[in-house]
Amino acid sequence: MLSKGLKRKREEEEEKESLAVDALWLDPGHAAVAQAPPAAASSSLFDLSVLKLHHSLQQSEPDLRHLVLVVNTLRRIQASMAPAAALPPVPSPPAAPSMADNLLASSDAALSASMASLLEDLSHIEGLSQAPQPLADEGPPGRSMGGAAPSLGALDLLGPATGCLLDDGLEGLFEDIDTSMYDNELWAPASEGLKPGPEDEPGKEEAPELDEAELDYLMDVLVGTQALERPPGPGR
Amino acid sequence: MIPGVGTLTQDTLWCFSQVKGTIEIGTTEADIISTVEFNHTGELLATGDKGGRVVIFQREQESKNQIHRRGEYNVYSTFQSHEPEFDYLKSLEIEEKINKIRWLPQQNAAYFLLSTNDKTVKLWKVSERDKRPEGYNLKDEEGRLRDPATITTLRVPVLRPMDLMVEATPRRVFANAHTYHINSISVNSDYETYMSADDLRINLWNFEITNQSFNIVDIKPANMEELTEVITAAEFHPHHCNTFVYSSSKGTIRLCDMRASALCDRHTKFFEEPEDPSNRSFFSEIISSISDVKFSHSGRYIMTRDYLTVKVWDLNMENRPIETYQVHDYLRSKLCSLYENDCIFDKFECVWNGSDSVIMTGSYNNFFRMFDRNTKRDVTLEASRENSKPRAILKPRKVCVGGKRRKDEISVDSLDFSKKILHTAWHPSENIIAVAATNNLYIFQDKVN
Repeated sequence: MLSKGLKRKREEEEEKESLAVDALWLDPGHAAVAQAPPAAASSSLFDLSVLKLHHSLQQSEPDLRHLVLVVNTLRRIQASMAPAAALPPVPSPPAAPSMADNLLASSDAALSASMASLLEDLSHIEGLSQAPQPLADEGPPGRSMGGAAPSLGALDLLGPATGCLLDDGLEGLFEDIDTSMYDNELWAPASEGLKPGPEDEPGKEEAPELDEAELDYLMDVLVGTQALERPPGPGR
Repeated sequence: MIPGVGTLTQDTLWCFSQVKGTIEIGTTEADIISTVEFNHTGELLATGDKGGRVVIFQREQESKNQIHRRGEYNVYSTFQSHEPEFDYLKSLEIEEKINKIRWLPQQNAAYFLLSTNDKTVKLWKVSERDKRPEGYNLKDEEGRLRDPATITTLRVPVLRPMDLMVEATPRRVFANAHTYHINSISVNSDYETYMSADDLRINLWNFEITNQSFNIVDIKPANMEELTEVITAAEFHPHHCNTFVYSSSKGTIRLCDMRASALCDRHTKFFEEPEDPSNRSFFSEIISSISDVKFSHSGRYIMTRDYLTVKVWDLNMENRPIETYQVHDYLRSKLCSLYENDCIFDKFECVWNGSDSVIMTGSYNNFFRMFDRNTKRDVTLEASRENSKPRAILKPRKVCVGGKRRKDEISVDSLDFSKKILHTAWHPSENIIAVAATNNLYIFQDKVN
């Protein structure tokens, strides 16, 4: 409607969802209980924001204002997706929200830690020491694919980006990477555990977990060296 | 002052005067105008573009024979201010786009201006040459040295008139002081110093010293993970050389006094409006990010532009603005789409008229808006080639929000978001405005009766 350019039908639907949740969010009378529709729309905004963060960091010199605003918006969305934290108390099964809360809290910590390293990289520019700019995978991963892309691909992607100046030191870059996370069962083949088609999410406890896995994947691609420590999710 | 100048009464009619730039569709990106600025007398009008060029227009002398044509602006000088650079150490390309131009007040026959890209500020001298010395003793007419043995007489060289030549020379280059992207420059009222601001720091320079600058504001956190706010604009007070303001991406303005301490990390005043809870959304912070801040000519007020509004603040009241004007509130329900296509990050500028009674800012679809602070009237005008007949009166435009669309109205969904008016300028004392629409510069004047 507003942007020129090709829009796939699915994106239009997401946009309509997002506009709908925008209206929902703006309506103070609406009980913003985290049932499936707002959660799904929030999560599409979340994905969009992660995408923007992605693309912003792909620039050789990211626009700091754009970056900071996107990160802050991402944090807001994430905070709203934590059902217990942001909303008035609602009777709900105790196990799921607390687990989701833990996952989101830990992924928030992961997000913070990842952003820390990314912004540290930017600060290295000032110190004139070469820090690898994390390069992202080509194009956004589809939502249903989530963490399916091979994790080790991230290391390959980091290579060419910095290779022009660090041909000699490339090995040295990756010396201290803790590869134990790649042995973690969570990074098992995509066929296990991940559900496609998040718009059809049946229950709310599924949505945060899926997004969290996607977030992990993207953070892994972006950072490549962060060790994500958290308990295994439910149902695995 | 001419009666009627400086107000936006029903009698003020804006007319098309001139347009500069090409008409072709699919213009090169280098021609996109990135900054517009009148000098202190309004005699000169400078534009900078994405290709690093500066074009200066000069107003022609008004002739008694042509009262209807108040001095038109013609090209006076064109020069390449900044070139694209490559920083080999950091493997980064530095854009040549001119982010800002600021004029120095005229102190002699030459004109001086500051122009800046993301990293480097330059002081340019623009001067006229209309005489040439002739009759050198040691050089011949082509400038070649003569054999001293052939010189038998001595003569005094004389100055002869020549065709007017306008030269622009870079007099100072202020480089290597900014790690992040420069967004603002501002000349101090002492005319000896100026400041340059990037996302995290503000530096104070002396015009004579290029290898050193003083850092006066630094908001870079010790841990970059704590970075949540950047500097978006900064300006010196028009009269008090110790006072300046800077705005942030969180919608706050800080006023600082350089006499208080060398590093102005602690503000003297802090301007912030509490968030309206009924308008809260995921995008609240982004739309509150201030894209421009300008002192009034009087120095009593500051004006800020965020995504949807223009606000006027009294320097003596920090807790809320004294006036808020809605620029395009119909976009409030479209924020999600605007976030998706990145339009929500567009940085609009705002300007005061000479008497601080009217403020102007741009919008989409090549619309720009004026607000009269006294009468509370506002008007939406359009910069387009269709309205470009000489002295054609601009018709007010209206955006239809919902329901039945009237004949001359345009619906929100039909707005062209690629046509944005980000940069405008107002003549310091007359009702002449310059509006940059992508690669075209429009000049409008009020109707002369």
